[in-house]
Amino acid sequence: MFDNFPLWPVRASSEAGNVDALYIFLVALSGFMCLAIFTMILVFATKYRRRRGIEAEQIEGSSALEITWSIIPLGIFMVIFAWGAVIYFHERTPPRGASEVYVVAKQWMWKLQHQEGQREINELHVPVGRDVKLIMTSQDVIHSFYVPAFRIKQDVLPGRYTTAWFRATKPGVYHLFCSQYCGTMHSGMIGQVTVMELAQYEAWLSGGGTSGSLAASGESIFQQLGCPTCHRSDAQGRGPNLVGIFGKPVQLEDGRTVVADENYIRESILSPSAKIVSGFKPIMPVFQGLVGEEQLTALVAYVKSLSPAPSGAADGPSLAPAGTRSQDPKE
Amino acid sequence: MATLAITAEREHYLNKEYGIRSWLLTTDHKRIALLYLISITFFFFVGGFFALLIRLELLTPAGDLVQADTYNKLFSMHGQVMIFFFLIPSIPAVLGNFLVPLMIGAKDLAFPRINLLSWYLYMIAGVIYVHCIVTGGVDTGWTFYTPFSTAFSNTRVIEAGIAIFIAGFSSILTGLNFVVTIHRMRAPGMTWSRLPLFIWAHYATSIIQLLGTPVLAITLLLVVFERAFNLGIFDPTRGGDPLLFQHLFWFYSHPAVYIMILPAMAVESEVVACFARKRIFGYNFVAMSSIAIAVFGFLVWAHHMFVAGISLYAALIFSILSYLVAVPSAIKVFNWTATMYKSSISFTTPMLYAFGFIGLFTMGGLTGLFLAALGIDVHVHDTYFIIAHFHYIMVGGAVMGYLGGLHFWWPKISGRMYPEGWGRLAALLVFVGFNLTFFPQFILGYMGMPRRYWQYPPEFQVLNVLSTAGSTILAVGYVLPMVYFLWSMRYGKIAEDNPWGAAGLEWKTSSPPPTFNFDEAPEVTWEAYNYEEIAAPAEVQVER
Repeated sequence: MFDNFPLWPVRASSEAGNVDALYIFLVALSGFMCLAIFTMILVFATKYRRRRGIEAEQIEGSSALEITWSIIPLGIFMVIFAWGAVIYFHERTPPRGASEVYVVAKQWMWKLQHQEGQREINELHVPVGRDVKLIMTSQDVIHSFYVPAFRIKQDVLPGRYTTAWFRATKPGVYHLFCSQYCGTMHSGMIGQVTVMELAQYEAWLSGGGTSGSLAASGESIFQQLGCPTCHRSDAQGRGPNLVGIFGKPVQLEDGRTVVADENYIRESILSPSAKIVSGFKPIMPVFQGLVGEEQLTALVAYVKSLSPAPSGAADGPSLAPAGTRSQDPKE
Repeated sequence: MATLAITAEREHYLNKEYGIRSWLLTTDHKRIALLYLISITFFFFVGGFFALLIRLELLTPAGDLVQADTYNKLFSMHGQVMIFFFLIPSIPAVLGNFLVPLMIGAKDLAFPRINLLSWYLYMIAGVIYVHCIVTGGVDTGWTFYTPFSTAFSNTRVIEAGIAIFIAGFSSILTGLNFVVTIHRMRAPGMTWSRLPLFIWAHYATSIIQLLGTPVLAITLLLVVFERAFNLGIFDPTRGGDPLLFQHLFWFYSHPAVYIMILPAMAVESEVVACFARKRIFGYNFVAMSSIAIAVFGFLVWAHHMFVAGISLYAALIFSILSYLVAVPSAIKVFNWTATMYKSSISFTTPMLYAFGFIGLFTMGGLTGLFLAALGIDVHVHDTYFIIAHFHYIMVGGAVMGYLGGLHFWWPKISGRMYPEGWGRLAALLVFVGFNLTFFPQFILGYMGMPRRYWQYPPEFQVLNVLSTAGSTILAVGYVLPMVYFLWSMRYGKIAEDNPWGAAGLEWKTSSPPPTFNFDEAPEVTWEAYNYEEIAAPAEVQVER
C-alpha cells in the first residue's frame, strides 16, 4: 500500500522492502531522538530562562548518567549495524544460478549484453522474478550503476569487474542512473530498466536478431586470437586446460591459491604473467590494449561456459546457434 | 566621533600601529586572526556565490542556466573553496588564533612568525586557486577521484591540486603552533583540567591537522605527478589502482570533517556555558570525547567507499567503527542539553546560534546513522541524502558554530557591540533558510536523485524548488552579519571588557586586548566555568 508513497521510490525488487524497513525504523528512531532532545531544550529554555534573583544551580556532572547515555546508544547502534550488515551481505551475494548480464560503462552510456546475445544501450529488459547478476566494468572513468527502485548501487571501475544482483518483483519502467560523477554529461548517463512478465520477456528476447549468444561470440574471438593452440582440452597444452575451471580454486606457481572468478580470468588475459598457474611457464602474450572491454566480457563468458553451470543457468555453447564456429575447439 | 576620544586613550592591538606594513608584517596572533577573517570571508562569499548558481540551475529539471561543463565546475569549486579555503581555516585560524593564547593566559602563540607564515601560505594558495578559477576552473568534484582527475578531465586540475597542497601546509603549521602553545604556554595554575573546553577541542583538531593533512598533501602530489608526468599509480591499464586514491583521499578527508566540526563544538561549549551561566555538565566527558573523536576519526575512512568495490568484510569493519565514532558526538549533545537543566538562560544572538547548532548537528548526526548502515548506504550513497547529511554537519554545525562564535567574541575582537536585534534576526533567517534548503534534499536523496546532476527527471522538481527558495533566505542570513559587523566597527556601542559576564581568561583583559594580551601576567586559581563567582550582567543589552 505504500508502494507509491511519494517519500520513497517504487519498490520493485526483492531487497527494496528490507531496505525501506530499516529506513523507516531509523526515521522513527531519529524522529524520537530529535523530539526528545528538542523538547528538553525547549522545556529548559522556557523553565530556566533568566529571571531576576534566580541563579543557575551549579551541577558538576554525573558519571552514571554519562555511562548510561553512552551504553544505551551504543547498544542501539549495534542493532542498526547488524541489521544494515545483514541487508548488505544479502545484496553483495548473488544467488547461484542467476542469469548474467554484462555491463560496460563508458562516458556517457551504458552498454549491456545478455547471455543470450541481446545487446542494449541505456536500456535493460529483465523478467519479473528472475535473479539477475550484473558483471560490470568501465572503459574509462569510474561510473556507478544505480537503480533506485531496486535499491541497488555499485560503482563500475575500469580494470576490474564488480558485480551486483537483483530480483525484480514488479513490472514497470524504472530509472537507471549513473551515480558516480564521470564528467561533462554525467547527468545524461541515464537509462531505464524495463521489468516485464516472463512471457513478454521471452517474446522480447526472441525478437530482434542477434549474432548468437555472448559465449558463442566469445568462442569466435577465442579462435581468432589463436587461443586454442595452447589452451587445449587435454593435458598436453602449453597453457592450462580451461574446461571446468571457472569458480574452482587454482594453484599458482608461487604457492598461492586463487579462485578462478571473472576478475581472475580477465587479469589472466590482459596480463597473463600476474598469476601463473602451477606447472606452467609465463609464455602467454599480453593482451592489454589488444582486446576491448566488450570482447573481454565475451571471452570471459565463453570461458565460464566451459564449466558446467551450477544450476539452471543458461549454458552458453549449447544455446549457440550453428554457424559461428562448428566445433568446440576443445574436442 | 565622541567615542573615538575615549578609545584613543588606551593602547590596544588595533591602534598600536597603523598602516599596511603593520598588518602585513605583524606577528600578533590577534592581527593575524583578523587577516584570516578577511581572507576567509572573501572565499566564503565566492563559494556561496557558486552555491547560489548551483541552486538556480537546479530550479528547473532541464540544464538551462549554465552549460553542463560550467555546472560541473561550479559544484567542484564550491566544494573546494568552502572546504579548503573557508571551513578548515574558519574557526581555528580566526577564533582559535585570536583566542587560544588569550584563553590560556599567554602573550602569543608559541611561534608567532610561523603563524604569519601560515597566513602567507594560505594566501599564496588562495591566489593560485583564484587564478585557477578565473582562467577556467576545475571540474573534478572536490574529491579529485581518479582516473577522471588524472587522465580524463580537461580542466586546471594541476593548479587546483597545487593550491590545495599549499593550503594544507598552512593548516599543518597552525595545528603545530596550537599543540606547542597549549603544551608549553599555559599560565601558572592553568592545568589541563582547568582548560576551557574550547582549548580541548582545538587541541584535538590540531592533532588531526598534524597527522592527517600530510596524507592529503602526498595524495594530491601523486595526482599532480600522474597528470603531469604520466605515471601509472592510479591507472589500471598499467597496474595502478583507482581505489588506492580513494583510500588515501578519505584517510585525510574523513578526519577533515572533524577538523571542521570539532572547533564548532569548541565554540558551542563556551557559548552554552556563558548564557546558561553554568559549568558545562560532565566537563571531563566533553573534553575526552573530543580526543576520542580525533582518534576514532582516523579509523572510519572507508565508510565513504561501501559501494566503491571494497571487500564485504572491510565494509563490515568500517561500518561498525563508524558507529563507535558516533558515541562521543552523542555524548556532547547530551551534555550540552543537560547543562541547560536548572540553568539561567538568556537568548542572545550567540545562544540562538548555539540552539541552532544543537538542533542541526543532532539531525546531521542522526542521519549519519543511516549512512553508516551498510544496507541503506548502498541506496543513498552519492545521492542528495549525502549532500543533505554533510551540509547539516558542515553548514548547520560548523558554520552555525563559526557565526555564533564570531558574535560571542566580536566585542573582544573589535571592542564594539554588534546590533543585537539584527543579530537575532540573522540567526533566525539562517536557521529557517538552512532547513528549507537542505531538509528537502534528504527526501530527494531517498527518492533516488543522484548528486552532481546538471539536469534531472521532472519528478524531483518540487523539492528542488523548495531547496532553491531556502537558499535565497540563507543568503540574506549570511549577508546581514557582514553588513552589521562592518557597521558596528564604527557605530556599534563600545564594548565593556566582559559584556556577557563570561568566565574565561580572555574576558579578564580589556576589549580589545593590548598587544601582549594581559597587562599583568595572569595566574589561575579557579576551575573553568566558575559561573557561580561571576555576576550575570544586569540585563543583556538589546539595541533597536
